[in-house]
Amino acid sequence: MRPVSRLLGSRLATLLLIAVVIVVIPFLVPSTFHLRVAALVWISALAAVGLNLLMGNAGQVSLGHAGFFGIGAYAVALGPPQLGIPPLASVLFGAIGAGVIAYVVGRPLLRLRGHYLAIGTLGFGVLVALVLTSESAITGGPDGMAVQRLTVFGHRISGAQTWYWVTGAALLVGAAVALNLDASPTGRALRALHDSEVAAMVAGIDVARFKLRVFVISAVYAAVAGSLLALMNAFITPDAAGFLHSIELVTMVVVGGLGSVTGAIAGAALLVTLPQTLTFLQEYEQAMLGLLIMLFMIFLRRGIVPSLVSLARGRGA
Amino acid sequence: MAEFLQFAFSGLTVGAVYALVALGFTLIYNASEVVNFAQGEFVMIGGMATVFLVALGVPLPLAAILAVMTAIIVGLLLHRLAIEPAMGSSLVTLIITIGASIFLRGVAQIVFDKQFHSLPAFSGNTPISVLGATILPQSLWVLGGAAVIVLALWLFLDRTLTGKALLATAANRLAARLVGIDTVKILALAFGVSAAIGAIAGVLATPITLTRYDIGTLVALKGFAAAMLGGMGSPVGAVVGGLLLGLIEAFGAGYLSSTYKDGIAFIAILVVLFVMPRGLFGGRSVERV
Repeated sequence: MRPVSRLLGSRLATLLLIAVVIVVIPFLVPSTFHLRVAALVWISALAAVGLNLLMGNAGQVSLGHAGFFGIGAYAVALGPPQLGIPPLASVLFGAIGAGVIAYVVGRPLLRLRGHYLAIGTLGFGVLVALVLTSESAITGGPDGMAVQRLTVFGHRISGAQTWYWVTGAALLVGAAVALNLDASPTGRALRALHDSEVAAMVAGIDVARFKLRVFVISAVYAAVAGSLLALMNAFITPDAAGFLHSIELVTMVVVGGLGSVTGAIAGAALLVTLPQTLTFLQEYEQAMLGLLIMLFMIFLRRGIVPSLVSLARGRGA
Repeated sequence: MAEFLQFAFSGLTVGAVYALVALGFTLIYNASEVVNFAQGEFVMIGGMATVFLVALGVPLPLAAILAVMTAIIVGLLLHRLAIEPAMGSSLVTLIITIGASIFLRGVAQIVFDKQFHSLPAFSGNTPISVLGATILPQSLWVLGGAAVIVLALWLFLDRTLTGKALLATAANRLAARLVGIDTVKILALAFGVSAAIGAIAGVLATPITLTRYDIGTLVALKGFAAAMLGGMGSPVGAVVGGLLLGLIEAFGAGYLSSTYKDGIAFIAILVVLFVMPRGLFGGRSVERV
């Protein structure tokens, strides 16, 4: 099993694996409905990969990341009709906006530790969702609003197939950036401050600056994912920014495996496809979903991917 | 003045419920550093089980007791089957309790239903007027119940050997084990007591706030916020944090904007945390190297 694990360890191999999965899936799924679900997986995975940088690499928990997801989503929803920014530019606008907001709120927020950081970010997420729900004159309120279709060089981007490739490509780029960041000096600084902030500080790492940097980067991931979801569905509701969605993103990262890019993707795949596959259970669906999350966490404690990798190496979960 | 008092009454009533949920969070957190996201589901079980038992013809007091016992059993099972096998990482146990919360909500919508339910007020609905403001008799039940629970919990922690064992576990789990305290049993106890407190809060508040299978998330959110506002791990902080959160919401809704009452509450929490990063009663921040 040694060569397999070494292959999984290398960056290029990981990217290749993700690319192969993205390319192969359209040949395996029977309908465009399934292709749509797969596109939803890639979108959630993109946000989860970003959140994993913050949680897995830097060890900082955010319970408000859906707030940034919502900012990205509503940037493409509001940009074209309200500000006259074309949809594609609105994606950029949302990403920069989320980054700036993350920078501004991150400075005081990231001084908080552990559960205090969790409640601080949670508060931020609740505020974003609250504004999107309450300012119904602009956002359509809790019922949501329609989103203008994306056009690139006069070409209208629509249909499950097109969106599958767009989201898959976005995920691949996101994964590549995350893997490179992990291997960069920033990545090493984050790992150091994850282990011990004091030790990192003593080693000359500007802890506050690196935390803020990864917070901003993860916010941009979430915002781009939000934009993609809004554009693909051509519709968005404030639930995208809601507390439950934040919880869902955190669950994806932890269930998939903290600190692992493939883990974040696996976690997203599980949490997006489970509710779809469990619909046959009807009223038992929610109970089964909760039960499965518990079982996964009890039996694969380090997350799906890290636990399975070490099982494959014969070291137990 | 009458208006001010009116807002204060409603704030204290809601705040008392938050305080009880925050106390539940604090007890479990102290015994294990587990943040139990299923805390709100205990409140839901307390209310829903009482409603359905009353509908079956069980007298209200007996129904309430049975509902609280149901919640205790659920709490103990949650600890035994899901938390204990996974102890160690606080993120793993957090996700497990999130899973448990989804699971319990799912079970509740099967066992009960998806409708809003209420209970008759325990002592009628005639408002009592105080200095021009009015207060519902049920609010007094909530406030009185919360006071009794806080007092009982204080006596338990301060006067009994088991209570002291719980405090010792909170202070230092390893040291507690070394002096012969069974910390696993202590955590089970914390889950049982938290479940009971949550369920009682659910029974008392249902005539005012109504209940449904999915109210747990919002309740847990507010209880967690209250516990953090007070300072995680401090029972006094939990009670003060809960009452304060209720008051901020009520005054925020009354004087500023009712749409943004949750937002005002969270902004207040953020301001407090920026000044006191460990909450009002959280103690000094010291990092061991």
